[in-house]
Amino acid sequence: MATAVMTTLDQRTRAASRGMSDISIRNLFIIPTILFLIVFNIFPLLYSLYYSFTDFRASTNAPANFVGLQNYRELLNDPFIWSNFAITAQYVIVSVTGQVLVGFGVAMLLNRDIPFKGLITTLLLLPMMLSMAVVGLFWKLLYDPSWGVINYALGLGNFEWLANPKMALYAVAITDIWMWSPFVMLLSLAGLSAVPKHLYEAAAIDRAGSFYTFFRITLPLVAPILMIAIIFRTMEAFKTFDLAYILTSQPTTEVISIRLYKMAFQEWQTGRSCALAYIVLIMVIAITNIYVKYLNKVKER
Amino acid sequence: MAAVRTGSEIALNRFAVVIVLIVTLIFLAPIYWITSTAFKPRNLATTIPPTVVFEPEISPFVKLFTKRAQLRSAPTPEEYAAAPWWERLVFDGGEKVVRSGKGEVQLSGYPSRFMNSLIVAITSTVLAVGMGTFTAYGFSRFKVKGEQDLLFFILSTRMLPPVVVAIPMFLMYRAVGLNDTHWGLIILYTAFNLSFSVWLMKGFIDEIPKEYEEAALVDGYTRMEAFFKIVLPEAATGIAATAVFCFITAWNEYAFALIMTNRRAQTAPPFIPSQVGSGLPDWTVIAAGTFLFLLPVAIFTFLLRNHLLRGMSFGAIRK
Repeated sequence: MATAVMTTLDQRTRAASRGMSDISIRNLFIIPTILFLIVFNIFPLLYSLYYSFTDFRASTNAPANFVGLQNYRELLNDPFIWSNFAITAQYVIVSVTGQVLVGFGVAMLLNRDIPFKGLITTLLLLPMMLSMAVVGLFWKLLYDPSWGVINYALGLGNFEWLANPKMALYAVAITDIWMWSPFVMLLSLAGLSAVPKHLYEAAAIDRAGSFYTFFRITLPLVAPILMIAIIFRTMEAFKTFDLAYILTSQPTTEVISIRLYKMAFQEWQTGRSCALAYIVLIMVIAITNIYVKYLNKVKER
Repeated sequence: MAAVRTGSEIALNRFAVVIVLIVTLIFLAPIYWITSTAFKPRNLATTIPPTVVFEPEISPFVKLFTKRAQLRSAPTPEEYAAAPWWERLVFDGGEKVVRSGKGEVQLSGYPSRFMNSLIVAITSTVLAVGMGTFTAYGFSRFKVKGEQDLLFFILSTRMLPPVVVAIPMFLMYRAVGLNDTHWGLIILYTAFNLSFSVWLMKGFIDEIPKEYEEAALVDGYTRMEAFFKIVLPEAATGIAATAVFCFITAWNEYAFALIMTNRRAQTAPPFIPSQVGSGLPDWTVIAAGTFLFLLPVAIFTFLLRNHLLRGMSFGAIRK
């Protein structure tokens, strides 16, 4: 016995000494990735942090002048920027609420004996895999007031969706709900199928109402996964750019990413846009923190 | 959920089936509409009531790939007879195919944008999945100081809004001449997908028992040999799933491509919307371009169906 163990150990150390040591392999495997991310994500952010304190304009050759906190002060006092944030908030609330209602609702229905369940689930998941920009563009035809299929199907006549300042944001949100409800559905379905069957059986024996069963058994057990879906979608909706940018050019749909894009690449206020980017970034990091916390919580289960 | 099913429960189940079918049809309707419009003659694309039954045509795809101009006068019968079948389809639409001085057919912008999309998506996927697999193995098998913090750092890079990263990247790329190049986009997409690939691959590698490599080490393999000969084959499914996810993300990406490219390296997502422009767009051609662009993703989604949940939750939820 003892000799066997000895030879094993011996072989192992010999093998290890022939090749690279574990520590150098670890470093070889991990460090390039970390460096890559630092060079192409963190370094650019430091670069723009510097510009956010200047009046730099990338469209001219004029050198950047240091202006201190002026950009931040002006942005935070600018009512138009705040209205962009308000539009973003409205968009987030409408589209995430819609996605949760539709996604969770469909998941509840799918969590039964449904024929062709696998096929139906796969088909329902298709929209979220497609390109927002390219499919979003096609929704322009669907929303068209004169020959759009949506108006025809709903009998709305020549109702304006995208050209209507009041409706445009909802139209973008509806398309977003179409694309991303499947995401909420997918995660909810995972949560629902993980609820132990015996809990429902116990509730049935106790003659618990379906209302009680839902709020006391289903919802609490699905909540952590549902939270992941909600936080992730909130974060994505907050950053939204493609759909709103392609579908409309209404001032009422100018979410913060579009404002940022215009400020940086159309008005060429590079310094100011870097400052705005930082304000947005801080908000995103805050949401990311909450998201990762929930992600780890679910992982530990 | 009781063993004996009551009448009301069966009715409820039937009701659920009907609702699910209706919802599925609504969700698929826009995709169906893209597909059907891609095969419609132009005059049937925008009719009221919408045209559902029609004789499918291939002409939108011919128009998609060729550069066309308005016909000033109808083609002579000889011209028409001499033209290949696909050129006649363009004639029928009141247009002609633009040819160079040597008579070569001029292509539209679409094929080159499609190629750009392929080059950028495939290269960045290979890089992100390659690096991600190594890194995931490193995190999975070795003690790393501050592992949780590093993993959070890696994930957080994915959460950065594209427009925020794009501003400094644009300035840096302009300084080194990477604007409007394939490599410019490839680097951005690799960075964007790398974090995802590390997280997902770590989940897959964590599932491979450590004992496999330990046995190999005992048999005299080096750690590197064990990684390549034991771990990689075991992780093949995970690598494939991760690659498909990365490919789809890069393939669909819009904001970076819009900002960083304009012609030479432009990918399809910013190109297709730019074709709508002003006036009355030919929706059949846009639908044809959209259809071809969506096709690979639709196929991949089908292949990936069992891994979607895992990918979408960054590997946190396993089925």
